[in-house]
Amino acid sequence: MPTATKAPMPPTSPERLPPTGRDSAPRVYDAVARGERFTTAMHEAVLDERHVLSIRDFELWYGEKKALYGITMPITAGKITALIGPSGCGKSTLLRCVNRLNDLVDGVRIAGDMQLNGDSIYAKGVDVIELRKRIGMVFQKPNPFPMSIFENVVYSLRIDGIREKDLLHEVCEKSLKGAGLWDEVKDRLKDSALNLSGGQQQRLCIARAIAAEPEVLLLDEPCSALDPIATGRIEELMNELKGHYSILIVTHNMQQAARTSDYTAFMYLGRLVEYGPTNEIFRVPRLKETEDYVTGRFG
Amino acid sequence: MSQATLERPAKEPTRTRRWRTTRRATALSAYGEPWLWLASGALALALAMIAALVLLILVRGFGTFWPSELLRIERKGAPALLGEVTKEELVTRPAADGMPERTERRRMLRTGNYDLTGHHFEWVWDSEVEREARPEWALAVERTAWGRFHGEPVALVAGERVLAEQPSEILARLDDELARAIEGREARHRLEVEEVGAVHHAMEVERLTLRHLEAEGGDAAQRAASIERTAELERQYEALQRRLAELDVENGRTVLRMRAPDGATKDLALVDVVRAYPANALDWSAKLGVYLSRWWEFLTDVPREANSEGGVFPAIFGTVVMTLIMSLVVVPFGVLAALYLREYAKAGALVSIVRICVNNLAGVPSIVFGVFGLGFFCMILGTSIDELLFADRLPNPTYGKGGLLWASLTLALLTLPVVIVATEEAIAAVPNSMREGSYGCGATKGQTILRIVLPRALPGIMTGMILAIARGAGEVAPLMLVGAVKLAPQLAVDGTAPFVHPERSFLHLGFHVFDLGFQSQNSEAAKPMVYTTTLLLIGIVVTLNLTAIWIRSQLRKKYAANPF
Repeated sequence: MPTATKAPMPPTSPERLPPTGRDSAPRVYDAVARGERFTTAMHEAVLDERHVLSIRDFELWYGEKKALYGITMPITAGKITALIGPSGCGKSTLLRCVNRLNDLVDGVRIAGDMQLNGDSIYAKGVDVIELRKRIGMVFQKPNPFPMSIFENVVYSLRIDGIREKDLLHEVCEKSLKGAGLWDEVKDRLKDSALNLSGGQQQRLCIARAIAAEPEVLLLDEPCSALDPIATGRIEELMNELKGHYSILIVTHNMQQAARTSDYTAFMYLGRLVEYGPTNEIFRVPRLKETEDYVTGRFG
Repeated sequence: MSQATLERPAKEPTRTRRWRTTRRATALSAYGEPWLWLASGALALALAMIAALVLLILVRGFGTFWPSELLRIERKGAPALLGEVTKEELVTRPAADGMPERTERRRMLRTGNYDLTGHHFEWVWDSEVEREARPEWALAVERTAWGRFHGEPVALVAGERVLAEQPSEILARLDDELARAIEGREARHRLEVEEVGAVHHAMEVERLTLRHLEAEGGDAAQRAASIERTAELERQYEALQRRLAELDVENGRTVLRMRAPDGATKDLALVDVVRAYPANALDWSAKLGVYLSRWWEFLTDVPREANSEGGVFPAIFGTVVMTLIMSLVVVPFGVLAALYLREYAKAGALVSIVRICVNNLAGVPSIVFGVFGLGFFCMILGTSIDELLFADRLPNPTYGKGGLLWASLTLALLTLPVVIVATEEAIAAVPNSMREGSYGCGATKGQTILRIVLPRALPGIMTGMILAIARGAGEVAPLMLVGAVKLAPQLAVDGTAPFVHPERSFLHLGFHVFDLGFQSQNSEAAKPMVYTTTLLLIGIVVTLNLTAIWIRSQLRKKYAANPF
């Protein structure tokens, strides 16, 4: 079946998309299984926006094992972009590549590049420390540092050696307000952050991430360790942060992606399968595989 | 894939056999009970042994200073004895001198009066005893030299004048006179330590200056001036010696005249008396007073009588200071080493080998560390320091011998594996998510370690320190080689510049126990002190550990993870 390999055409020529698209049998997986080259079904809408981050032909190996295959993906500024896909498809890996946290893992090799507002992330001579200061990250499990709430929030300023009390307090208040945590903790900023509840801890981590005014905010399944109420609180928060911050979120929760994000990317087996505006992905996906996944008929 | 590999070969029917046979009851060993009994029994045995040991030390240690009564025993054909019964046992004596074989009790009497009789202790068989009594006015006198004196007071004499002759009168006046005598003794001590010491120090400085001038071939005028100053100091020294002699005469005027149990009289200069009490006339509260005053002396005074009497303050000081210096050295050193192993070194064969070596280092006999400390610190490092900085004092070594600093460093090496292993575990227990969170904020590795990993690992590091203290404070063998001594006239911290003297040798409680119990001439008298000193050593180790544990619990409160 030679046509299967070319099923999703390059996004630059949408009119040449094969009409069989979403109603045809899932052929992408077969092509992937055969190791054939495969191109993302990219919706044109994502290309028209201003991009804060663009990922280009990005590939990654853990030792001998290839984990990401030629991913090209522009991330729109001021919007929420969700990465969905089954476990092990490389969502988190891709996210952690944005701020080069994967550099810390032994045996990781990459090819391709990413650009943050036009600056290469993987070029030689990039100061990784400076780069990470431009990117905020929130992890799956809340990971407040073993220090006071105040010190947690201003951590990124502290490591820059900023000591002006007024500035620190201003940033702390602004960030906590931004993370919707200010009213709950304003009277106990000197208390240990470890005494907060899980949801509060996660919002504290968000406050910590936005304290440095990052150009892009990476959220790695931020709600997977939280109860539904705390999850709802975080989702509201994401909506409030949108516009001011560009957010890239990994989630396992389809409803969450549908509710909160503006764009959704479906990944599978290390490939970016389909990428487009959320309402199109969930309502009129171009690929059968995407439809199966978002409707729960996967597999 | 061929079909053959997928299908199993058909089993031979003869080999299929029911392995499960019907059992009537579950075997006893399958139940948990025997294991429970075995495990709990082992724990109970261990606890019982520890409890017995602690109890023995507590009872003997606390009992040492309780004043017991003085028993006067008149023997057939031998001088009478007056002393405390310290031991009692039944012994089977063989037939001899027309007596059949028999079991007889004998008692050990602490008689004191070593200056008169040449014995501290005396065994008394029951068959020797003619008469026993507890004389009302029997007085136990503890002296700065010659040990105790037991006897009855005859008179209190000041120079030519007799102050009191009745025992009750003597005792009534004794406290005041004793207080005055102690004042005199302290005045003499101050003169000796402060003024004579200062002159001594100045003379030593002058001697070194002169040597320096001679070595450099400095001009004659300077040398003459130095010689002149030395002569002046020597004149001062002689004047002080005369004053000391005068004080000695003055102090020696008041004497307590005592009658020993064998009838001889002996004048005891009050200045040499530490404590005197009528052992048989004490009520409970007076005994407690003696008991507490002995404890106070034990904790605050310097040893005398070859360490078997007096206090152990220098040993407490030496032990505590040595342990503190050791902790100050070993903790940063071990933490840095563990940090490198865990955070920087790439996991691999080499790191594993290093880790195994570190663990094995903990099993090296401590005396080996002592030999290493002697060879490396004292001989190589110390001698080099002497040559560089204290060349004018040679051939007298300054750092080129055992001392507090070298002992602390040797123990730091000894306890290093403990700290490294504990710290490594603590660092490994810091969740990776914290490190990632810190990196995600743009922190460097150094900042992450300093601000996140170390604070979080601090309680674990404290555990390592606690273990190191427990191991280091109780160690004796290596100390004998690198600076612990029987007698150290000067503490490592005192009033002469530069006030801290880490090169000085020191007393150590553990070594003190060894010395008292096994090296003492009067080992019978020293034995109770062994228990008391052991009790004190255990007390100090426990105190140091409790302090560290308290700090650790405070840190845990601050840094402990909340599993929400």
